Amino acid sequence: MNWKKHDYDDIPGTYVFDGERAHPSYALNKLLFSFNEDDNRKEFDQDPAAYCDKFNVTGKYKQAVLENDFLGMLRMGANIYFMAKMAVPRGTSVQDAGAAFQGITTAEFQQNLLDKGIGLEEKLKNRGDYWNG
Amino acid sequence: MAKIIGGITSSHIPAVGNAISNNLTQDPYWKRFFDGYGPAKEWLEKAKPDLIIVVYNDHGLNFFLDKVPTFALGCADMYENADEGWGLKPTAPFKGNAPLSWHIAESLIEQEFDICTCQEMKVDHGFVNPIRALYGDHEVWPVPAIPLAVNTVQHPVPTAARCLKLGRALGKALESYPEDLRVVIFGTGGMSHQLQGERAGIIDVEFDLECMDKIATDPEWITQFSNAEIMRRAGTEGIETIMWLVMRGALADDAKVIHKHYHAPISNTGAGVLVLENPDAM
Repeated sequence: MNWKKHDYDDIPGTYVFDGERAHPSYALNKLLFSFNEDDNRKEFDQDPAAYCDKFNVTGKYKQAVLENDFLGMLRMGANIYFMAKMAVPRGTSVQDAGAAFQGITTAEFQQNLLDKGIGLEEKLKNRGDYWNG
Repeated sequence: MAKIIGGITSSHIPAVGNAISNNLTQDPYWKRFFDGYGPAKEWLEKAKPDLIIVVYNDHGLNFFLDKVPTFALGCADMYENADEGWGLKPTAPFKGNAPLSWHIAESLIEQEFDICTCQEMKVDHGFVNPIRALYGDHEVWPVPAIPLAVNTVQHPVPTAARCLKLGRALGKALESYPEDLRVVIFGTGGMSHQLQGERAGIIDVEFDLECMDKIATDPEWITQFSNAEIMRRAGTEGIETIMWLVMRGALADDAKVIHKHYHAPISNTGAGVLVLENPDAM
């Protein structure tokens, strides 16, 4: 029994959320999904380890949850949107996670994004049919 | 007969909603992004739709990974926004149109799009933020809305070609609805961005602009790309742009381009607003 190969497997630095990733991380993602409910967030905060046990989140997955290791969770197959439900209220934004993946600061990550917009207005002017203020 | 007046695309990222909630739309970072919505808002005021259909993806509010419908249609009288885990105050609920939804579901299934029908459907930022960007915030929303969710979260996700065909089937479904109703379709999400992995933070402005140009005038162009090819260029979350094709497919081939606005970066993404109007619609 092997997981099927995909054309997207060799995109560098990219973990496409497919069955191969979603299957082993199902319990972890279910725990993260539960944080939509405020009562669940409170229950988790009172006893994180017991909450993991309740969701059958064990071993390295449980350790990552208990240590707020969001990067570790993503590497183990947490879905980014589900991870954000836990990380964002704890002060880790999606941009913080992106920066951590690259080993740079969030400020550097944000600057790299801003650099993508350099020359944009000129580019749009040249194309002619775009709104430009 | 229901009539499709046109379509609008919009980013739906959470940061857009936060900027509106925190009155930051004229802040230097946000000003150009939001100002570019001006002509789209003016067109909407003139178009005066009786109803909008919002094509978006759920990000883990209504659907968990236990059941992931490829295409899901709201078939209820009311749709509620809710806490997505961040403790934000939900927006006012959205009024739907159940008889129209069920007509669309029936027509789509007759046309071999076996859509998932939802009598309860919570709508998340993907649905809410484009409406907030285009209508502003309201205690009672000025227009009823029907959610049409596309899975872009857990692969396999549908191809761009399939989304375009769904749009064409949606157009036929609306044309065959007996009641007079003016409809505008929102295609949301995108454009290029990637949130996870060492490649997080990519934005491909050239690809985004080409997508905007081609989706407006020659949407078949994008169907040459597999989802792997789109993700290679536009990032894993950039795949959301395929949802624009549902809107585009529902419109006439010769729909007129009213407005094109592109901005990057906004949060982690390239963001595009495209307003298309059907011939003889106004």
